[in-house]
Amino acid sequence: MSHHNTTHVRTISDDITDITSQNPELCYQCGKCSAGCPMRNYMDDAPNVIVRYIQLGLFEKAMNSATIWLCAGCLTCSSRCPKNFDLAKFMDAVREVALRNGVKVKEKTILKFHKAFLKQIKNHGRSYEVGLVRDYKMATFDLFSDVENSPKMLLDGKLNIFPHNVKGKDKIKSIFEKTEVKKCK
Amino acid sequence: MQIGYYPGCSQEGTAKEYDKSLREVLKVLDVDPTEINDWSCCGATSAHVTSHKLSLALSARNLALAEKQGLKEIFAPCAACYNRLLTSKNELQEHPEQKYEIETIIEEKINNIPEIYNIVNFFQKIGKDKIAEKKKIDLKNFKAACYYGCLLVRPSGINSDDSEQPNSMEEIVKATGAQTIDWNFKLECCGAAHSIARQDIVVDLSKKILDDAIKHGANVIVVACPMCHSNLDMRQQNIKSKFSDFKEIPVLYLSEILGLALGFDKKQLGIDTHFIEFNLPVRNDVQEVSA
Repeated sequence: MSHHNTTHVRTISDDITDITSQNPELCYQCGKCSAGCPMRNYMDDAPNVIVRYIQLGLFEKAMNSATIWLCAGCLTCSSRCPKNFDLAKFMDAVREVALRNGVKVKEKTILKFHKAFLKQIKNHGRSYEVGLVRDYKMATFDLFSDVENSPKMLLDGKLNIFPHNVKGKDKIKSIFEKTEVKKCK
Repeated sequence: MQIGYYPGCSQEGTAKEYDKSLREVLKVLDVDPTEINDWSCCGATSAHVTSHKLSLALSARNLALAEKQGLKEIFAPCAACYNRLLTSKNELQEHPEQKYEIETIIEEKINNIPEIYNIVNFFQKIGKDKIAEKKKIDLKNFKAACYYGCLLVRPSGINSDDSEQPNSMEEIVKATGAQTIDWNFKLECCGAAHSIARQDIVVDLSKKILDDAIKHGANVIVVACPMCHSNLDMRQQNIKSKFSDFKEIPVLYLSEILGLALGFDKKQLGIDTHFIEFNLPVRNDVQEVSA
């Protein structure tokens, strides 16, 4: 067996660091982020625990958590961290890496919503609510919930029947093709 | 005053009244907004939670378009757009290698990214004196809870506001003659983009915010974000069906409360399209505003 101790084997932690430009080791686990997190009650692991998983190399645990999907990106943690660690950005990176690695996503409806939203942007350049709701409902097979508010919005002209297509639509599509994370379950 | 305008997708759809009221108010305040030509979505939550580069690139395209148009300053009335555009700006400026990569992706050069204002900062720039000068009606009986939500002042240092105890929106609202209340939930998250996929969470979080505003004596909530408005106004319908004792409260955009003080009526400002009916007397001498 040859020795490879001088060669650093890339890990998921390196991928996260590449995305966030910050070192996960910065976090000293004070837990202030979790104390102020508005989504903590709905999560499985506390937000600081996700950082701990990455620090310890327990990547699967981090990527399999519901927490990374429930994080609403409110930035309360990033604002309050005594080490100036941008935890919201870190959560973004863990999600992205989980998608790249084809991890089974715990909060499926949340991911389906994001995908349906991005599909409209990719196709039209701007958001298109009718298409978003259609695609989301098709993906979740949940056709009849949460429709009670739609008639009023239609009447008030807040749901556009047709999408607005930006002139640079092709450019938007090419931006997606160059940057989209494809592999995911 | 000239300013670049990045409306954001909601302004054309679910937040049409925000755009409508804003344009009316800016006219009175002698501001001439120039829309960024062919602007596209900033990427919103869905881009940054799935691909960092996609999120940077979608925002950067708009910043590049604004620069090409010669705009030195732009404002984004949606707090989420504001936050995404500014986050991208800061990242592109701090990481030259990333900027180069994004320029390649969007096939545009970025040199001087415009100054980016949120709506509160922009009204600060216009000045509360100007608002007071143009004011036609004193909104004396308004007790407003100014709701910042997450993305107007966070992360700390993003602008001059304090990220824990901001006061800039109160300053603007006071210029209408309204009182502002002191309350605990002005920065608590409403659940934001989880509104559709996890409505249960949004209903819980929004209820806490609304209850706290009412408890502290508010008779109206003022917001500066289409997502916040949709969760706090539209979702009151869902809150009511889950909690029978819930007391409703109207939610106005910052531009709408300013519009009322400048003499516009509810319809001109699109307030009649809200889910929770707004029926606070606008003049002190009348009990009900005529429809």
